[in-house]
Amino acid sequence: MVKEKTRLLRGGLQKVPTGIAGLDEITNGGLPKGRPTLVCGGAGSGKTLLGMEFLVRGAIQFNEPGVFMSFEESAEELTKNVASLGFDLNRLTASKRLLVDYVHIERSEIEETGEYDLEGLFIRLGNAIDSIGAKRVVLDTIESLFAGLPNPSILRAELRRLFRWLKKKSMTAIITGERGENALTRHGLEEYVSDCVILLDHRVANQISTRRLRVVKYRGSIHGTNEFPFLIDERGITVMPITSLGLKHTVTSQRISTGIPRLDTMLGGKGYFRGSTILVSGTAGTGKTSIAAHFVDAACRRGERSVFFAFEESPSQIIRNMRSIGIDLQQWVEKGLLRFCAERPTVYGLEAHLASMEKIIDLFKPKVVIVDPVTNLSSVASETDVKAMLIRLLDQMKSNQTTALFTTLTGASGSLELTEVGTSSLTDTWLLLRDIEIGGERNRGMYILKSRGMAHSNQIREFLLTDKGVDLIDVYVGPSGMLTGSARISQEKQERDIELAHQQEIERRKLNVETKCKALEAQIASLHAQFQAEEQELKKLIGQEKMRQRSASQLREKIASIREEDKNSKRRNR
Amino acid sequence: MKRKAAGGPGKNAKSKKDIWELRLYVAGQTPKSLAAFANLKKICEEHLKGKYHIEVVDLLKNPQLAGGDQILAIPTLVRKLPPPIKKIIGDLSNTLRVLVGLDLRPRA
Repeated sequence: MVKEKTRLLRGGLQKVPTGIAGLDEITNGGLPKGRPTLVCGGAGSGKTLLGMEFLVRGAIQFNEPGVFMSFEESAEELTKNVASLGFDLNRLTASKRLLVDYVHIERSEIEETGEYDLEGLFIRLGNAIDSIGAKRVVLDTIESLFAGLPNPSILRAELRRLFRWLKKKSMTAIITGERGENALTRHGLEEYVSDCVILLDHRVANQISTRRLRVVKYRGSIHGTNEFPFLIDERGITVMPITSLGLKHTVTSQRISTGIPRLDTMLGGKGYFRGSTILVSGTAGTGKTSIAAHFVDAACRRGERSVFFAFEESPSQIIRNMRSIGIDLQQWVEKGLLRFCAERPTVYGLEAHLASMEKIIDLFKPKVVIVDPVTNLSSVASETDVKAMLIRLLDQMKSNQTTALFTTLTGASGSLELTEVGTSSLTDTWLLLRDIEIGGERNRGMYILKSRGMAHSNQIREFLLTDKGVDLIDVYVGPSGMLTGSARISQEKQERDIELAHQQEIERRKLNVETKCKALEAQIASLHAQFQAEEQELKKLIGQEKMRQRSASQLREKIASIREEDKNSKRRNR
Repeated sequence: MKRKAAGGPGKNAKSKKDIWELRLYVAGQTPKSLAAFANLKKICEEHLKGKYHIEVVDLLKNPQLAGGDQILAIPTLVRKLPPPIKKIIGDLSNTLRVLVGLDLRPRA
């Protein structure tokens, strides 16, 4: 793909990088080389600055000297104005890498008599270009000539000639123009400069201004067509294309604890993936910040750095509130592991927030980032803007394997699954906190709506805030539905009572049976005794019978013998 | 090259204050430049005889001079003295407007 790109560039249009962060990505490499580019926008939209940064970056980064021809501000004014952005024009001018020429026309001093042309301007510009060997030219704002010179038809012809002349000298030029009412520029400069047109916009919505940049046209090149927010800060202009990072980050299967043991168990026993994005959504007062605080606490315990972006509460308030549930965040702040960044979302526009967040993340290099709550940002910008910003922020964090936890506040009216900034598709793990109202009581419930790439519990857990932190307990799920809080407790008690009664009943029956058994046993024993007695009786009878038989036979013998004896004795006696 | 056209500075002038210092910026010997010079010469001879001084600056030869008087249009006539500075652009073919521009005739 890279090869294809270079081939494309070689065969097609050559480009000059501007060095302005993000702009080169949108334009696929920069401005058309050797051609004029029109930058138009309303007052205060950053035209002059864009032009100046183009020259300064060109001089410093790409070794291309540049001429800045100003029709509005003097060189001193310009130098002062851009010094706040870190550009030292005096140094660049001294080293002949930059030349600022202030062209000033006073209409009241000028009287027009007959034919003329703008050869003087050409000579002046040509002289400036030649004196430093310039490759880049900025004309800011050439349209003021229309106010200074009385004959627009001559001016138009001369401007046409000027742009042709710049092309011939193969100057990469930026021409700025004031935004017109129905056209891109007030005097129709887009008729002459048609290779590349960039529109700057400075819109105020809900009292918050946002700068935006759009490449309206870029002849012979592909370019990003969206409106991109941009920012002017001490680093100059930063355009924020969300496409700049893309879905290329590598992932790890390392898991990190949520700080809540029971929640770890719900997430397959190990917690979140490192580098994943966690969304905690819920209505007001459902404990979103507490979950975030647990996570931060766990990260700091592991010795990892964390940043907590708070848009609702001040750091000390968060610390105090978290202390009430047994989490001491103060110690981590003191150890330098935790940094709070608390700001009202309305202090500045969205891009400024994004830029400051990016900067802090860049500097502090945290492993865990909390944004609490992300929904508050939508008070300064539209949902799509916030989403775009989040995508960019998340891409940045994912590529650094930073785990991000966002909380979002869901309105009571809306569906719980519908997050306000449409962040659901961006998140890997989504914890949903909700109120469960039963029996005149409001309890917190939590479940995992999704968790990409891991087994997770499908159960609703009751979410308790105790003085030892968040505790998750099973809700009562039974024939009469799901119960939490005191309803759960009373239901559980009822169940226990029934259970007890059951047990007592069984106990009683058991006793009954036992008594019966004993009675039977006694009966058996008595029967046994009876049986033995009978047996003995029988034995006795048998014995008696034997005895009787024996004695009978003895008697018989005796009788017999007696009878014999008698004879014998008689005989003997005789 | 600087050409000097003189109405004889110092000759008939009462003091240096009264001398009109005029500078005509041109870029090469273009028809417009030549016409402008001729027109200027004629007007000066008519209205400022003896108390004017014309300096012709050719920007092709001295491009760095364009910045000093903020010259964009060619030809441009600059009235350096008497103050205030006046600029008249064009080939000076409209005599009436040149006179108005030079404050030699009040605006109608």
